[in-house]
Amino acid sequence: MNRPGWLIVAAAALLMGGCASVEPWVKPYERDRLADPIMSFERDPIMASYRRHVFDVREAARGAAGGSGGGCGCN
Amino acid sequence: MHAVVAGGLALLTQAVAAQVLPDDRLDLLYHFYDGGGMTIDGPSLLVRRQIGSSVSVSAGYTVDSISGASIDVVTTASPYKEKRTEISAGVDYLRGSTLLGLTYTNSEENDYTANTFGVSVSQEIFGGMTTISMGYIRGFDEVGRSDNPDFSEDIDRHSWRLGLTQVLTRNLIAEVAFETISDEGFLNLPYRQVRFVDPESATGFSWEPEVYPNTRTSNAVALRSRLHLPFRAALQTDYRYYFDSWGIDAHTAEIGYTHGVLDRWTFDVGYRYYRQSGADFFSDLFPFQEAQNFRSRWKEISAFDSHAFRVGVNYEFMAERRGFVERSAVGLSFERIFYDYSDFRDLRADADPGEEPTYSFEANVMQFMLSVWF
Repeated sequence: MNRPGWLIVAAAALLMGGCASVEPWVKPYERDRLADPIMSFERDPIMASYRRHVFDVREAARGAAGGSGGGCGCN
Repeated sequence: MHAVVAGGLALLTQAVAAQVLPDDRLDLLYHFYDGGGMTIDGPSLLVRRQIGSSVSVSAGYTVDSISGASIDVVTTASPYKEKRTEISAGVDYLRGSTLLGLTYTNSEENDYTANTFGVSVSQEIFGGMTTISMGYIRGFDEVGRSDNPDFSEDIDRHSWRLGLTQVLTRNLIAEVAFETISDEGFLNLPYRQVRFVDPESATGFSWEPEVYPNTRTSNAVALRSRLHLPFRAALQTDYRYYFDSWGIDAHTAEIGYTHGVLDRWTFDVGYRYYRQSGADFFSDLFPFQEAQNFRSRWKEISAFDSHAFRVGVNYEFMAERRGFVERSAVGLSFERIFYDYSDFRDLRADADPGEEPTYSFEANVMQFMLSVWF
């Protein structure tokens, strides 16, 4: 592996090592409110998807509009 | 060195909390849009079912029936589509704290076909505090003309997505999303025309076909948050910044409030603001014929802003399991949108070329949904 390649690997390893020491400051049993469906980024996918379509076809902007599938670690 | 990397990767993947597959549910939707002289309505169906403990499959079907005539049709008599059908299918595979997804969508109109394939992966880390997600979407579009069956052109689309969701406090969760999309091919709208100043015409202007670049690359970054408030309420704030290689930039900002009442009722209100600049090659009236290489008079890429106000209500009418049905709900939402164009003029008015009033219109969007969880 060339020198920049090693540097990237070393940086990634350091970053991961640093991250691993982070303790979850919101414990799983404290996530009841986050798990409430009203907190969802997309509560009803069929309605959200249609609404995105309504705006998408009339606007130039596109992308990063949700539905990325992120969770809240509530379960 | 390899051991360090391997150790780091192991820590990254041994997240404590596990992701879950989406709920098993069946959604039936009726949607209605009325605005700018057009009415679009139709049904939509989405069903999702788990198979075993780690796989979930989904299928969707949507129909848009279009009637009426938009401002472009009124002023240039260009044809418009009468019906669009969309089918979609997806598979999600859950392994520990990793969720893998595959999707396929097909959209058909009498003169346009779009096929889209997507792959995504999301991973929970730090005890479920953080979720990172990545996705790649590949699209193949086929552009036709309803008045010329021999006409066929292609568009190739690539889209890359990156997302990060973060639990910030017991009451606050935020998401950052980035997406870059690149299109290559026939990006023209085959029927559309631009107008140019023509002293020899009785109206003072004439029409010629639009010409678009054959590539477009866009970037969008969004920041979203959900804050839980006392009395089972939630505050939504969303912002997105967009820019592309056609010279358009846009801001989208949204705020929403959700309130749950007596377990069964959920009320929503929201406001959305959108503003975009026009494409470099947009003009309502070009100074002469073939004034520049690329030219467009498509209002969707002109400068405008819009305000949208929405209200919604959900009612869970069956909260206990009966047979195979776990619970059921109905939802109704209404949104009123005001569009106000800066450079696109309304040619129905009797005025000198370039002096017509700018165009604006209002639209009503209604959705009625029936959902069954099973």
